[in-house]
Amino acid sequence: MESKSKDKQMILRVQNLKKYFPIRRGFFQKIAGWVKAVDDVSFEIEQGKTLGLVGESGCGKTTVARLILKLLEPDNGKIIFRGIDIGELTEKEMKPLRKKIQIVFQDPFGSLNPRMTTGLSIEEGLRILGIKRGKKRKERLEKLLKMVGMSPESADRYPHEFSGGQRQRICIARALSVDPSLVVCDEPISALDVSIQAQIINLLKDLQDRLGLSYLFISHDLNVVSYLCSTISVMYKGQIMESAPAEELFENPRHPYTLSLISAIPDPAPGLRRKIEILEPDLSDSLITSKGCRFQGRCPMEEPRCLEEEISFEKVGEKHFVRCWKAAKK
Amino acid sequence: MTNDNTLISVQDLKVYFRSGHECARAVDGISFEIRQEETVCLVGESGCGKTVSALSILGLIQTPPGEIAGGQIMFQGKNLLELDEEDMQKIRGNRIAMVFQEPLTSLNPVFTIEDQIGEAISIHKNIGSGELRDCCIKLLKDVGIPSPVQRLKDYPHQLSGGQRQRVMIAMALACDPDLIIADEPTTALDVTVQAQILQLLKSIQETRSMSILYITHDLGVVANIAHRVYVMYSGIVTEQGNAAQIFHHARHPYTQGLLASLPSRSKRGKRLFSIPGTVPNPAYKPAGCPFHPRCPHAIPICGKEYPKMCDYGQAHLARCPVLFKNSHNPDKPEPKSI
Ligand SMILES: Nc1ncnc2c1ncn2[C@@H]1O[C@H](COP(=O)(O)OP(=O)(O)OP(=O)(O)O)[C@@H](O)[C@H]1O
Ligand SMILES: Nc1ncnc2c1ncn2[C@@H]1O[C@H](COP(=O)(O)OP(=O)(O)OP(=O)(O)O)[C@@H](O)[C@H]1O
Ligand code: SF4
Ligand code: SF4
Ligand SMILES: [Mg+2]
Ligand SMILES: [Mg+2]
Repeated sequence: MESKSKDKQMILRVQNLKKYFPIRRGFFQKIAGWVKAVDDVSFEIEQGKTLGLVGESGCGKTTVARLILKLLEPDNGKIIFRGIDIGELTEKEMKPLRKKIQIVFQDPFGSLNPRMTTGLSIEEGLRILGIKRGKKRKERLEKLLKMVGMSPESADRYPHEFSGGQRQRICIARALSVDPSLVVCDEPISALDVSIQAQIINLLKDLQDRLGLSYLFISHDLNVVSYLCSTISVMYKGQIMESAPAEELFENPRHPYTLSLISAIPDPAPGLRRKIEILEPDLSDSLITSKGCRFQGRCPMEEPRCLEEEISFEKVGEKHFVRCWKAAKK
Repeated sequence: MTNDNTLISVQDLKVYFRSGHECARAVDGISFEIRQEETVCLVGESGCGKTVSALSILGLIQTPPGEIAGGQIMFQGKNLLELDEEDMQKIRGNRIAMVFQEPLTSLNPVFTIEDQIGEAISIHKNIGSGELRDCCIKLLKDVGIPSPVQRLKDYPHQLSGGQRQRVMIAMALACDPDLIIADEPTTALDVTVQAQILQLLKSIQETRSMSILYITHDLGVVANIAHRVYVMYSGIVTEQGNAAQIFHHARHPYTQGLLASLPSRSKRGKRLFSIPGTVPNPAYKPAGCPFHPRCPHAIPICGKEYPKMCDYGQAHLARCPVLFKNSHNPDKPEPKSI
């Protein structure tokens, strides 16, 4: 992991990232505790590849995304983009890099300005790139629209005139306008209809093949992630519980949380009305747990030791890591 | 078609919404039936008319702008569409109960869990407060809420999404209905919590021998719980059959397209099939088969003639005469599922 040459293939390396949010109570808004939204998260994304980040609602996925985009300051940890530690950079030094990391959000309705035409929304990025208004900018705009499967005439229309899938295409075009190398996709298809989801997934794949893009793909849908991603990291209550190449994760899952997620995948293919392994409901106060494994209380393999010590993230195979001392021992 | 153990049968139901000059044909002549002890899924994309169909059964369509433009809903010998509000109320919550998509908006935030479940029970049963409390506790236990006695005094916001949905289900069970209509009850939940709720519904359905009408756009969920499935598109039923028929031998191009477009691990590296275009606006539906602008098998007549339901035997029906003809023509190969 340490060698310099490896940095070149890794577009992004996140090391021991940490972000706690204060819980304030009472008249003086004293800090009563901390929400450990992101707690010692590490992963890498290879150039031109897709990392899937999966986990249940509130486990900290969006917070990771916002940290990477520097929309939030981490409490601890490093974000290394193409070998440069972006945590160290001043706002001015960061500026040229900002364009290189873009985001597409879940909600294609909220993320476009309703009073701006499609063209203007996308052109904002081109303006930032320093492409002057004129023929060149217009050409580039048309090329971007075409790239996401929209007609040039869409440039003059407003967001409300488009369907959810079309709006998501516009958001993707806007993200691509500044020529990024890493695109963070935060649940980009969750709000879309089934028949439209496939269109957007295909678009994202085509763009990756053509432009060599790298993706951080955030989702709670394991079917989508298993189709799209080269590596998958499973997150639970602010921590990565398991990380492995996609095939390996499904063939050889180690962490009990990963196992329960995989067995809960609603699978339209073979087994009809099949029995699924059910995880006990979560009764704890979600992210405010104190000591020991985050999965305690829901884990079928739990032992006293799990409640006492911090569990480390251990290597169990080629690019396969797990945060469970029992699973690591097997 | 109706056999003896049919609990409810919806026949040629039409529900329109008018605004100005526009008339949205939200439900445009659908028929389906639910038998005793059966879980039936209505599946289809956003806006295809699933919720409107469910609300019609309960007599909850607001008129205007809504209008029941035709059809009947036969339940225990009565046409629900002809009942007055008083009779309808006796059925609602008593014989037929509903669980909605968003439990937070359907639970009252200023009342405790005990108040709300208690009320659901006392509408239909006249019992003392001690017994009422016991009933509440038992129901919470039945739906798998841990430490139910402590939970009685909680307010909805103190519960997690999955727990709130369990409370909704408890309220629906309060009067021991014959039919529970669940409208996307797990859409807002995580996969693991979703799996718990589906398991709960399955076991309730088996132990209490009731029927469930389950509404969803998620084919994975359908495969998990359905005995029989009705696939809807643009206000009509395009295909119906049991789960195996729908998932392994789909006969309608729309069903085939939906199944082919689902991402999964086994399709890694392959391009996903995608249905081109978008769902039509219900106020401006295309003539003929509503799917024809997006259909890979469409022929000129599809744009003119409303397609008939075609019978593939063993109660497997699909509204596509083109594929039906192909499958009976020895010169042409059997239509393959894409
Ligand atoms: N600015 C903030 N202040 C306080 N708490 C926050 C803040 N942002 C996020 N949180 C908390 O951090 C936790 C993680 O939130 P996050 O949005 O990252 O989850 P997520 O995994 O993206 O969930 P979802 O799947 O629902 O989008 C949550 O408990 C959330 O309430
Ligand atoms: N009160 C209303 N006024 C006008 N149009 C309505 C009304 N209620 C529903 N509709 C229209 O009827 C159509 C069917 O709506 P319905 O809510 O049944 O869809 P659905 O299948 O439940 O979709 P979803 O999956 O998004 O819940 C939609 O096009 C909708 O816009
Ligand atoms: S460390 Fe213990 S509680 Fe945590 S996942 Fe492993 S066995 Fe379960
Ligand atoms: S009737 Fe025609 S348009 Fe409709 S599904 Fe069949 S082939 Fe396609
Ligand atoms: Mg999020
Ligand atoms: Mg609905």
